[in-house]
Amino acid sequence: MATVRLSFSPAPVHVRTARLVGVAVARRAGVAEELLDEVRLAIGEACTRAVALHNQYGLPDLVTVEMSDSDSYAVRVIDHAPIEASVGLAKLPPDELADESLTDEALTTGVGFALLAGFVDDLEVRPVEDGPGTQVRMVWPVQRR
Amino acid sequence: MELSLASRTVAEHTVLEVGGEVDVYTAPRLRERLVELVDAGARNVVVDLGGVEFLDSTGLGVLVGAMKRLRVANGRFGLVCSKEPLLKIFRITALDQVFPIYPTIEAATEDGDGSGPAS
Repeated sequence: MATVRLSFSPAPVHVRTARLVGVAVARRAGVAEELLDEVRLAIGEACTRAVALHNQYGLPDLVTVEMSDSDSYAVRVIDHAPIEASVGLAKLPPDELADESLTDEALTTGVGFALLAGFVDDLEVRPVEDGPGTQVRMVWPVQRR
Repeated sequence: MELSLASRTVAEHTVLEVGGEVDVYTAPRLRERLVELVDAGARNVVVDLGGVEFLDSTGLGVLVGAMKRLRVANGRFGLVCSKEPLLKIFRITALDQVFPIYPTIEAATEDGDGSGPAS
């Protein structure tokens, strides 16, 4: 069950708010202090990705972030873009990163996914249960209950 | 903290000091400033990330874009960064193999051939 739920219109300015809330709830849940930078970055990347997809498809729908601290700290970031849009997640090799033909969007998406995969040990990306959309679920251990 | 940008000239290099948070909201301002500097003729550009508290994939994309722009103009691009959390971001994304990253502004501006810091 979610302990904190935040929904925001898909505008870049709100991603910072989501990061701040996500880190505040993580701290309160007992996530180790040294992990908080990674929590901040991962929530930011997942929200940035959701905002980009909504903008790409012209969707005004809200992006939702659910934070739950039952046994561990679990964060779900939910978008409502068509599923096929999410398949383009791929980590880019170094020689392609600086390639002239790579678009800024493709670069940012690839780098964003590398950051998510690199910083979150327990990461799951799957379709939402009802309607179009994807949920990115990230879990971190908590120290005290 | 909001994004802050300040440029100055050090040993024939244009140094752009970046501070605060570089994310999907603020990165367009960083891109704009870098484009302005290159359009104004800067060819040896060093971006000092010493004051950066947060950097995401959008910010990294802007830095790669600036490097490509300078490469086309036969210019050089380097980063100054000594903060371990930021260096980890460059390692995880493999961008540490793309950018010359220097520990200090002095090291960046003294590297004549832009080959990166001596290891």
